[in-house]
Amino acid sequence: MSFLRFLWQHHTDVWDLTLEHLWLVGLSTAFAMVIGIPLGITIAHWPRWNKPVLATANVIQTIPGLALFAFLLPVPWLGARSYRLAILALTLYALLPIIRNTYAGIRGVDASVVEAGRGMGLTESQLLYQVELPLAASVILSGVRIAAVISVGLATIAAFIGAGGLGEFILRGVAMVDNRVILAGAVPAAILALLADFSVGWLEKRLRPR
Amino acid sequence: MTADAAKPVIEFRDVAYRVGSTQVLDGFTLQVEPGEMLVLLGRSGSGKTTTLKLVNRLVTPTSGQILVNGISQDHGDVIRLRRGIGYVIQDAGLFPHFTVARNIALVPKIEGWPEDRVRTRVQEMLQLVGLAAEMASRYPHQLSGGQRQRVGVARALAADPAILLMDEPFAALDPLTRDELQREFLVLQQRLHKTVMFVTHDLREALRLGTRIALMEAGKLVTVLTPQEFVKSKDPWAAAYVRAFGDGLESAANRGAS
Repeated sequence: MSFLRFLWQHHTDVWDLTLEHLWLVGLSTAFAMVIGIPLGITIAHWPRWNKPVLATANVIQTIPGLALFAFLLPVPWLGARSYRLAILALTLYALLPIIRNTYAGIRGVDASVVEAGRGMGLTESQLLYQVELPLAASVILSGVRIAAVISVGLATIAAFIGAGGLGEFILRGVAMVDNRVILAGAVPAAILALLADFSVGWLEKRLRPR
Repeated sequence: MTADAAKPVIEFRDVAYRVGSTQVLDGFTLQVEPGEMLVLLGRSGSGKTTTLKLVNRLVTPTSGQILVNGISQDHGDVIRLRRGIGYVIQDAGLFPHFTVARNIALVPKIEGWPEDRVRTRVQEMLQLVGLAAEMASRYPHQLSGGQRQRVGVARALAADPAILLMDEPFAALDPLTRDELQREFLVLQQRLHKTVMFVTHDLREALRLGTRIALMEAGKLVTVLTPQEFVKSKDPWAAAYVRAFGDGLESAANRGAS
């Protein structure tokens, strides 16, 4: 009960940090989509690029989060505002699932359907927008969902470099050895992760081709 | 009909197609006359499908020329060319996320027909291939194989192309449905007089549908015969084909009798 009381007493803080958290996750996931989906499409159409691109995204994924934040800190423009840095790092982490699922989704489209479309005289861009992307949409979105859920968790680390978000509560709680404070960050973060999973999952199901 | 009656609609001039060191097609010369149904007959891997795809440029020849309506396709606008050629493949290749109506409307729509003209055209096409009007709002997965194939034919005919390419369109159907569609397609063709190239490995289908049969083997054109000539042909490949089907029919009949 003392946790709930604590939450109530600090509800404006919790709310502000939740919004900040959402902002970090939303923006980085959006950036990762803007970069990752075209990249995934590209490597699906030009397979010779798929190894280097996926390998790079894989390597990025293996860098420990805190280390990546620390590495990026001295970079001139980025380091000046820690949230920029956090968004860049989160974007990099979100790339792999999005690129990989876009690649798999496009490759998974029935080749005979694409060829029929091409044979009927669809241009390459018509094929992409009317056939390949709609049919790959649910697979691509499941990549976005994975990326968003990972980001919610990862974004708590952003507090270590002062980028804000719900990680601040966790950081403070650890310093104060106060579980209520830790939970005030962890519980909303978990709820955010579930919400992201649920909402993108819902969209994914709606876009699944019959 | 756009083509002059004297001129072939499709003409292959010494066409070769090679992938790496594999000679898929070699020294292929053939003329397809207006309004005829030319059947490409041959076993798997004989180059029938490749031949068909050369016409709508899904495949580019290594050497030689292909003329469509007297125009060489080397420098032409591929998209224009394809929209003027109907294309039907096995399993129809319908877009699974499009309704039947949208599938049929595909080429008219990308050609920028006005909305109401597209709508009436879809209804006409459904009627033409013997599908009920309420099928328009269904999705391909809600149809039977035969219905899907009808939609495939409707889609290919929607923009009224003079040429139709059909790649084993009825091969995946059960015998009864296949028979039905073959019969209906013949009736349709008598009305529409399209220039058709039809790929099959089924001799019975070839004999039934073709005005001429072009027999292919290992990337080469063996001979071109009318169905009547084909069954009596002394050509070893043609005779082998007739024997294979004749024997098959006989043994099947024998099994049924015993």
